[in-house]
Amino acid sequence: MKPKPQARCLLAAAALLPMMISCSRGVLNPQGPVGADEKLILIDATVIMLAVVIPVILATLGFAWWFRSRNKHAQRRPDWEYSGRIEFITWSIPAMIVLFLSGIAWIGSHDLDPPKPLSKADPVEIEVISLDWKWLFIYPKEKLAALNQLVIPIGTPVHFRLTSGSVMNSFFVPQLGSQIYTMAGMTTQLNLLASNAGTYDGISAQFSGDGFSDMRFDVRAVSPEEYQAWLTATRGGSEALDASRYAQLAEPSRADEPMTFSQVPPGLFDDVVHNHGATSAGNHR
Amino acid sequence: MFGKLTWDAIPLNEPIPLATVCVLLVGIVSVLGLVTWKGWWPYLWREWITSTDHKRIGVMYVIVALVMLLRGFADAIMMRAQLALAAGHAAGYLPPEHYNQIFSAHGTIMIFFVGMAFVIGLMNFVLPLQLGVRDVAFPVLNSVSFWLTAAGVLLVNVSLGVGEFARTGWLAYPPLSELAYSPGVGVDYYLWSLQISGLGTLLSGINLTTTILKIRAPGMRYGRMPVFCWTALASNLLIVAAFPILTATFAMLLLDRYLGFHFFTNDGGGNAMMYINLIWGWGHPEVYILILPAFGVFSEVISTFSGKPLFGYRSMVMATMAICVLSFMVWLHHFFTMGAGANVNAFFGIATMIIAVPTGVKIFNWLFTLYGGNIRFTAPVYWAIGFMVTFVIGGMTGVLMAIPPADFVLHNSLFLIAHFHNVIIGGVLFGAMAGYSYWFPKAFGFRLHDGLGKAVFWCWFFGFYLAFMPLYALGLMGATRRMQHYADPSWQPLMLVAMGGAVVIFIGIFLTIVQLIVSIRTRERRRDLTGDPWNGRTLEWSISSPPPAWNFAVLPTVTGPDAFWSMKRHRNPAEQPHLVPLSVPKHSPLGFFVAFFAVILGFSLIWHIWWLALVGLIGAIAACLRHAWRVDLEDHVSVATIGEHERAHQAQVART
Repeated sequence: MKPKPQARCLLAAAALLPMMISCSRGVLNPQGPVGADEKLILIDATVIMLAVVIPVILATLGFAWWFRSRNKHAQRRPDWEYSGRIEFITWSIPAMIVLFLSGIAWIGSHDLDPPKPLSKADPVEIEVISLDWKWLFIYPKEKLAALNQLVIPIGTPVHFRLTSGSVMNSFFVPQLGSQIYTMAGMTTQLNLLASNAGTYDGISAQFSGDGFSDMRFDVRAVSPEEYQAWLTATRGGSEALDASRYAQLAEPSRADEPMTFSQVPPGLFDDVVHNHGATSAGNHR
Repeated sequence: MFGKLTWDAIPLNEPIPLATVCVLLVGIVSVLGLVTWKGWWPYLWREWITSTDHKRIGVMYVIVALVMLLRGFADAIMMRAQLALAAGHAAGYLPPEHYNQIFSAHGTIMIFFVGMAFVIGLMNFVLPLQLGVRDVAFPVLNSVSFWLTAAGVLLVNVSLGVGEFARTGWLAYPPLSELAYSPGVGVDYYLWSLQISGLGTLLSGINLTTTILKIRAPGMRYGRMPVFCWTALASNLLIVAAFPILTATFAMLLLDRYLGFHFFTNDGGGNAMMYINLIWGWGHPEVYILILPAFGVFSEVISTFSGKPLFGYRSMVMATMAICVLSFMVWLHHFFTMGAGANVNAFFGIATMIIAVPTGVKIFNWLFTLYGGNIRFTAPVYWAIGFMVTFVIGGMTGVLMAIPPADFVLHNSLFLIAHFHNVIIGGVLFGAMAGYSYWFPKAFGFRLHDGLGKAVFWCWFFGFYLAFMPLYALGLMGATRRMQHYADPSWQPLMLVAMGGAVVIFIGIFLTIVQLIVSIRTRERRRDLTGDPWNGRTLEWSISSPPPAWNFAVLPTVTGPDAFWSMKRHRNPAEQPHLVPLSVPKHSPLGFFVAFFAVILGFSLIWHIWWLALVGLIGAIAACLRHAWRVDLEDHVSVATIGEHERAHQAQVART
């Protein structure tokens, strides 16, 4: 039987949405192992639960329809209010599913714990400071920094240490996986890895004030050679980041153009953590 | 003299708020004018404003909830319109300064002044009737609770025209909500209005808990209480336990903002994580405070309209109380991404999932209540079936986000927004609307138009799916919450669909108003003469609609669950009740005066008008002291009056 035109349209629309989601720059199109594992957990858990949810929805509609008062064929049981056997099953089904999902949750929480190193290989160290309303990325070993752009080599784990120079934010690259909060005076950690080269969206996922929507940055995952080339080019830049420049950056501003800093004083990140978002030279807001 | 308050506080150069305020002022002035012109003030004052009757207070709560639903929805549709426009390089029509106030106000109003007001209103109206008693434990306190809530409502709405509202989101996370980052009055409006209304909610929780625990009809043992009473008990226990946390947390933030303390600041040893833990220590129980009474409504509706007792009553009670206890052990799932260790995250993730067990049991019990029933498809049943279908989806996405690694990619995304609207609209709002149409005839003596009620349901049902299913997808596509604009133009089609959903919901809200007007105009045809329009099973249906001030001429003697159902089966019509004179609590203006001074206190604290704050504080205390020395507490009702009402009611029942 050929589907009718309207039905075909509906089918196309129904097929389009999952396609749109999985091709988009979102969490169902991961570009690294962390995101891929998380996508798998999402799908597994959903499928397990759908195995109960769909029958329950169908049974609700089915029971309600069959036992409508106008149906002469339905057998009524006006005093039926208890069945030990059914109650045993109704407690057991959700309990079993939760038991199963608990296993996923326990193992997943430990495997994908953000501070846990991804491999024994030496990671690229990057320090992240969220500011009003921009992102500062410091490469402490290379003594370089970048504003509103993050360049990482593919195939190499990246270890982030994060803090905030202002209010709370959440560092999130949907296609790479896990997000983590940035908070002034505190350090959080995150390990990510990009498997494929490409440019991915980075955002703040925690509302932080009027310039929040523009707190976006591009994550450029490039080959190790290109990464080295980028480091060299950045080192040749003219702009240096010191305490006074940092204080300037910390002033609220929106939608700043990406830029790089060829020199960063050692220990700037820890200084910012110890001074709750400012440097020891600067005044606190 | 006037603290921070100057003419600059009035948004004269911002067209959108200015126009809104003007329309509101015209509306308020014309309503007040109408009341004055018609000479309704003495009636309103005597019968409603100063009423201590739980039924009247319940109705007033629901009216506040419905009016605030309009305000909260206006915010919602403005946000949807903004996001439908602001794709790519477009900036939309709302600047962030304004947009941020709108989503903060939307959340605050919908949770505190729609959800809470609606469920507390229903509990107030229904509980004493279902328990077979004449009023709540503390009738005057009940009126104070209501008016404090109304005071909070007023303050939130004053912020539209005088000053601004918080731009921090509905939970005002520090350090953003601290003076350093939010120096304006917005956060103060938020804090003081919620402190005042929160006090009202706490008092109401104490009142209703006491009522259920101490005041029940003879023979109404715990095991015979209707399930709505059980869910109300769980909900009010949670209010008593959780609202003090909210008050204390806000008090600390207020100390930070007013007196330079450092509880949650970045510097001075403050720590914002403490606020986030505390606020969710209240916030997670809060969602169960809202949903449990809705579960109760569905239990009543499904059982009544299936013509069957609720399946698995004891399971239902156990599940309710299990949810009540467990809801305090899961708060951390709101911030798995704050960097707690794997063990902590996994513990709270699993604790959260465990709540799905009793909730799942409830769904199955409703399912088996339908089974073998004789189901009459009235509007309340539509809401109940729509709830069961919708809520399991919301429950599923909730459990999904309880898995910490899944939450790492879904946290704060539009997927989360879709999830909690899925359970709050599909659960709380559907429940509130089911309760509204189910108990309306009891409150006013006539039924609502059923066809229009079903139309309202379909609008909300399809509107919800249109508005929020796209948000699930957008969340997976990487869209986060509270964006004022977004770069990816491929999100726009889904944003437009969501906007369409909001329009469909708007039609539903509009039809609610139409339904009310049509039903009032045709009320003579819709009269409920028997007091039992749905062939009910619980005690509220055993008395006239609307019930007299004293509810029950003689307190019913309860011999089992579904008390009225067994009375109907075993009634001896020849038996005449032995009437005795009664007393009902006098009406009292205390609530109104306390709230009046609370508004003055709150407003002057927001604007740093210290002398006026003193006036407000002293006024509120003086009103309480004046009340403490009252002598004449109760109005007496003679046997003749009661007898006359009873005979009239019985004659009506006999005629139909």
